Amino acid sequence: MARLREFYRQPEAVFWVYFFPILMVVALGIAFRNKPIEEIKVDAVRSPAAETLSEALASDPRIKLTLLDREECAKRLRTGKSDEYFLLDGESVEYFLDPTRPGSIVARNTVNDLLQRAAGRDDPVTVTDYELDEPGARYIDFLVPGLIGMGLMGGGMWGVGFAIVDMRIRKLLKRFLATPMKKSHFLMGVMASRLVFMIPEMILLIVFAHYAFGVEIYGNWLAIIFVVLLGATQFSGIGLLVASRAKTLESVSGLMNLVMLPMWTLSGVFFSYERFPETVWPIIRLLPLTPLIDALRAIMTEGATLASQWQELTIMTAWGVFSFALALYWFRWHD
Amino acid sequence: MEFAIRCENLVKTYAGKPPVEAVRGVDLAIRPAECFGVLGPNGAGKTTTIEILEGLLPATSGQVEVLGKHWGRHDQEIRQRIGVSLQETQLSDRLTVYETLQLFRSFYERGSTVERCLEQVSLTGKSRSWVKKLSGGQKQRLAVATAIVGDPDLLFLDEPTTGLDPASRRELWDIIRSFRQRDKTVMITTHYMEEAERLCDRVAIFDHGKVIALGTPNELIALLGAEHVIEFSTENHNGDSRSSGELDWMERLPTVDHVDEIEGQIRLTVAQPHIVLPELMQNLAQRNLRMASLTTRHASLEDVFVNLTGRQLSEN
Repeated sequence: MARLREFYRQPEAVFWVYFFPILMVVALGIAFRNKPIEEIKVDAVRSPAAETLSEALASDPRIKLTLLDREECAKRLRTGKSDEYFLLDGESVEYFLDPTRPGSIVARNTVNDLLQRAAGRDDPVTVTDYELDEPGARYIDFLVPGLIGMGLMGGGMWGVGFAIVDMRIRKLLKRFLATPMKKSHFLMGVMASRLVFMIPEMILLIVFAHYAFGVEIYGNWLAIIFVVLLGATQFSGIGLLVASRAKTLESVSGLMNLVMLPMWTLSGVFFSYERFPETVWPIIRLLPLTPLIDALRAIMTEGATLASQWQELTIMTAWGVFSFALALYWFRWHD
Repeated sequence: MEFAIRCENLVKTYAGKPPVEAVRGVDLAIRPAECFGVLGPNGAGKTTTIEILEGLLPATSGQVEVLGKHWGRHDQEIRQRIGVSLQETQLSDRLTVYETLQLFRSFYERGSTVERCLEQVSLTGKSRSWVKKLSGGQKQRLAVATAIVGDPDLLFLDEPTTGLDPASRRELWDIIRSFRQRDKTVMITTHYMEEAERLCDRVAIFDHGKVIALGTPNELIALLGAEHVIEFSTENHNGDSRSSGELDWMERLPTVDHVDEIEGQIRLTVAQPHIVLPELMQNLAQRNLRMASLTTRHASLEDVFVNLTGRQLSEN
């Protein structure tokens, strides 16, 4: 209770906890909003054949063709200013592209199609494209569970970790030690107060994403709340553990970043961890953030049930229990 | 229960290079309903000793018994019955006075109501203020309130009045006195002798991790052999009078017990100042020394400390 009161009396903290995640959704939602692939930047080595064909390429409004000499073309491709360039020479065409860039491959195929058609190719099969733009399958739908997970991780760890170290610096922990207060009650109280802050934060985030970007929830609300609670618990436990011995705010921030950095990159906040080599997936799945995001994503975008996520929930519970127990054992009450 | 606190041959050594011997063999026996003062300069081992007795620090060696119980075996029982105010605790800034006490009250099985406790420390009017907005004296009173809200039998106060103005200090003394009137034991550390003299039944003087004197304030002052102090300084003072033999004649003045010189001040411990003073003046005049300042007073614990160690206890 006491921690709750302390919290809402810090207006700036309220701002960071509640509005920052929303700002993040806005920024990323706009940056990755679903839109047709924008421009395809194609360079061609200047030649009479290329100039005649530039009209054919102009039939696709996305293509932005620039005619340059060969060296300039190569340089622009290298520095990412163009997606590909090609060299037309009478009957043959040579494409230069970077196969690791999706944009480059798209450019090559688009240009190739147009060139072949202009040269008289007839497609034997009629093709019609339907573009995918259903809620549930867009990037923003993928992103929101990731951001919830990230918010729970950051909020749980920073909130608990800083509060603990601050109390240690103020010798308040030592003062509490001199009372009959039960240590486990105190640590649970710190964690519980954190959970109470998290719930409205996450609800706010989901509601905002729903109204601003049409993010739908396909699964059960209660299941989501349960997963959010479990996630907040596990991260406040880890926050306790990280702060259990730190003496200064600097050292605790360093430790926090050390613990969180691998999860920001590996656990699939912004993109699926399946992009990493398959051999490391089992390890990534054991990180605390991964099961949280996976379970949230499954419930939110696929409408999965809580029971189907039992593996994820077990890992999270294990992290919560393990970190709390270790923190209780390891905790430094005074300097 | 014979003693509220008893410790024998208490030793605390902090690991390090070189190791710091903070407490080097302390024996104390504090009786129930006694107000016991621990007096000494900074770094004498007062805080380390009191924190061991509070169960906050483990002793390196030695026996400790608090309210007839032992740390490590009866921690919870002891903590229910003691109240503690640490040297420098900053309570949560953003809680109100009332909430802070409510929180501490919730830790104890028994105790007074928050309202009654606020009355005892005269903070009733501030009950809804944030801790942040309190003055230094009010904060310290609140710290004592958190120590007595569980109605302890034994109260530990570590330098409760350090850094407070005289008025706030006196208010705190009143609180401690009224707590004592209920037959409770108090252990208090301080480096103000005035505080120890006014508040404590018995005093232990600490220096370099050891008890160098123990007794009632009057007993300790009686150790000096004489109960008055004359302090003076002279104008054309040439530094070290002891080696130049200038102090010898003073020691031969009637009823003078002994002579010290500290920071240019000469201090005579005497039994009958009205006999010493005229002779002193006469002698100074003969030696062509003019007096720059002169005070006479009753001997205090400060003088006991100076007498025992040759050093001043505190800066003021």
